[in-house]
Amino acid sequence: MEQPTHIISALVEHRPGVLQRVAGLFTRRGFNIDSITVGESETTGLARMTIIAHGDQKVLEQITKQLNKLVDVIKVRDLNPESTVKRELCLIKVHAPSESVRAEVIQYAGIFRGRIIDVSGEALTVEITGDSDKIDALIDLLKGFGIKELARTGPTAMSRGMKTI
Amino acid sequence: MKGGQAIIKSLIDQGADIVFGYPGGQLLPLYDMIYDSDLKHILVRHEQCAAHAADGYARASGKVGVCIATSGPGATNLVTGIATAYMDSAPVVAIAGQVPTHLIGNDAFQEVDMIGITMPITKHNFQATDAEEIPSMVKSGFEIAITGRPGPVVIDLPKDIQEQEMENYNDNPMDLPGYKPTKKGNPRQIKRAAKAINESLKPVILAGGGVIIANASKELQKLSNLINAPVTTTLLGKGSFPEDHESSMGMLGMHGRKVANLTVDESDCLIAIGCRFSDRTTGKIDEFAPNAKIVHIDVDPAEIGKNVEVDVPIVGDAKIVLQDLIKMLEKQEANPTTSSWIKKIHEFKNSCIPRISFENDVPLKPQQVIKEISLAADEDTILTTDVGQNQMWMAHYFNTRNPRKFISSGGLGTMGFGFPAAIGAKVAMPESDVVAVCGDGGFLMVCQDLATVKEYDIPVVVCVLDNRHLGMVAQWQKLFYDERMSHTHLGEVPDFVKLAESFGVRAERIEKPGQTREALENAFKSGEPTLLDIVIDPDEILPMVPPGCGLTEIVGEYKVEREHPGEITYNNPAGKTSGEGD
Ligand SMILES: Cc1ncc(C[n+]2csc(CCOP(=O)(O)OP(=O)(O)O)c2C)c(N)n1
Repeated sequence: MEQPTHIISALVEHRPGVLQRVAGLFTRRGFNIDSITVGESETTGLARMTIIAHGDQKVLEQITKQLNKLVDVIKVRDLNPESTVKRELCLIKVHAPSESVRAEVIQYAGIFRGRIIDVSGEALTVEITGDSDKIDALIDLLKGFGIKELARTGPTAMSRGMKTI
Repeated sequence: MKGGQAIIKSLIDQGADIVFGYPGGQLLPLYDMIYDSDLKHILVRHEQCAAHAADGYARASGKVGVCIATSGPGATNLVTGIATAYMDSAPVVAIAGQVPTHLIGNDAFQEVDMIGITMPITKHNFQATDAEEIPSMVKSGFEIAITGRPGPVVIDLPKDIQEQEMENYNDNPMDLPGYKPTKKGNPRQIKRAAKAINESLKPVILAGGGVIIANASKELQKLSNLINAPVTTTLLGKGSFPEDHESSMGMLGMHGRKVANLTVDESDCLIAIGCRFSDRTTGKIDEFAPNAKIVHIDVDPAEIGKNVEVDVPIVGDAKIVLQDLIKMLEKQEANPTTSSWIKKIHEFKNSCIPRISFENDVPLKPQQVIKEISLAADEDTILTTDVGQNQMWMAHYFNTRNPRKFISSGGLGTMGFGFPAAIGAKVAMPESDVVAVCGDGGFLMVCQDLATVKEYDIPVVVCVLDNRHLGMVAQWQKLFYDERMSHTHLGEVPDFVKLAESFGVRAERIEKPGQTREALENAFKSGEPTLLDIVIDPDEILPMVPPGCGLTEIVGEYKVEREHPGEITYNNPAGKTSGEGD
């Protein structure tokens, strides 16, 4: 059975080793982690992590409780997907040896509001942000041309409106 | 002041009067400073024993236990002890040497990533990168170790930091915004618990180690009296409720008492306090307390709902929550209909009191040995156990009367724990007699620390239950692997008496009923460390619930005390059970 996906946002101390503590906790407890992103938050000394994981309600509850137990973790929230903005960055290097292929790739990138950030004789690099579905769709389209390299950040997220964690 | 001196001063400031340790290259500066300091240090003979001794010290006293080891192999030798303390929520602070900061990450001689290694087995860990941090780090380390759900804390201490001169000594606690243990239970949930209790006809209390940690034994007895509920405990909960009290059912679970298992099976309301529903306690989870509403009180929110679905969750310190719950229950009339339940339980209990008298049997039955240990022990005697049959025999047959008097490795099940834990307990509680009950296998893992008890004159009594087998594993092989005894026979060596004597430790071999009690009493009188090599029947099997079965599916013959039902006597000078007079 397909397990529901959860978006977990965590405010943590911005210190070396904290990512390891969080990631290690997932491995040790047998929780499935799809992606994890981390970067500085609005407060100096604190970082915000976005963890995408799947599992049933019981697993989710354990994940949040176990995360909360870490001394370096200040707050944990399971974000409601309906009222959450979620963005992922992806860089895609596409094989584009001819004028016509290049034109097509640029056109597709445009439709998806992507940008071309590097061009060479043989390849184009597209930058795209959006939710993961949109990125998947563009990747699918570009597959036909030959994707040389692909790098995704995994989603980062926050609640809509005034709600904060 | 130097970093190392700051460690020593802050340990002393935190009330750590004694540390268990073992030196090495990366701790030379610290040891040099210990030389001139007021810090008492006990040199163990293996770092694992330092960690277990610190743990035993902590569990016996309720204070933080401290151990120190050098970097690399010294630090990794602590790991088993740290993991043991973690699983059993014991407040231990472990200080590990580390290579100098400029060498960290270079695979320097005796470098190991102690922070990485201990992340999953500590409550928290720190690496000092500047001597100025040390006082706050030690203070916060102690605070984290002992508050909320206690646990081990590692402080990794690079060599250069020990030597670094510091400007000022500032021990303000570190800013830890993510650390706020909940103490007080939610009043709404407490109300719900009171309601569930009042509506129940067959309430049972399951007390875990959390009750002992929270010093909530008085409250536990009060609750049991108030609502007429029998009390069973987990292994770590032994002593939270006097086991010679008529409402005590003894330990629950795989190796628990039959009456406890049956009582929980029949109960309609299980009040679980400070326990984590380990598989060893619950048996098959789907068949655990099938008819009961479950109230679960625990200081660690992550324990609630982890293994067992709970009807009323209460997060908080057991003592505070129980006080609030009792207040609420006192306002309401306690349910009178439970008195028939308690009567039934008592009858139940009298019909299956485990037999412990085997006065004529040679080889000695372990039950008889435990009976004699009971007779020699008084209220203050601290018993530690190792892991294996020895542990389960003690847990099953020995009635523990007070908290912090039964110390055993529950969660990790660490062979080699019993003897060093006894060393720690004796150091913490020099006025109490301390007895370590060990198997021959487990004792051999740590026997080198006979040197420590001799050297520092720590008069613990080690009872080696000598069956020349890895008894517990052999039992499983007998019961579940067609008696194919793969590698569980220990052979005839060593001679434990000679072994002890070679360390200068008094020793005696016991082979007949009556001798254990006498030898123990003599050992207590002698005030010297003593080893008793107690030769027991290797074929005696403890009744148990096979793994994966429900609590009522006990296998192995359940021997019942027929001659004097209800009468297991203990050395109890006041002649009353400690359950009375509260
Ligand atoms: C360090 C460690 N290694 C292995 C085990 C697995 N184990 C559990 S009980 C046991 C047998 C213990 O034998 P002994 O110490 O002689 O005690 P007995 O069961 O005979 O009382 C073993 C090997 C363990 N718990 N801990």
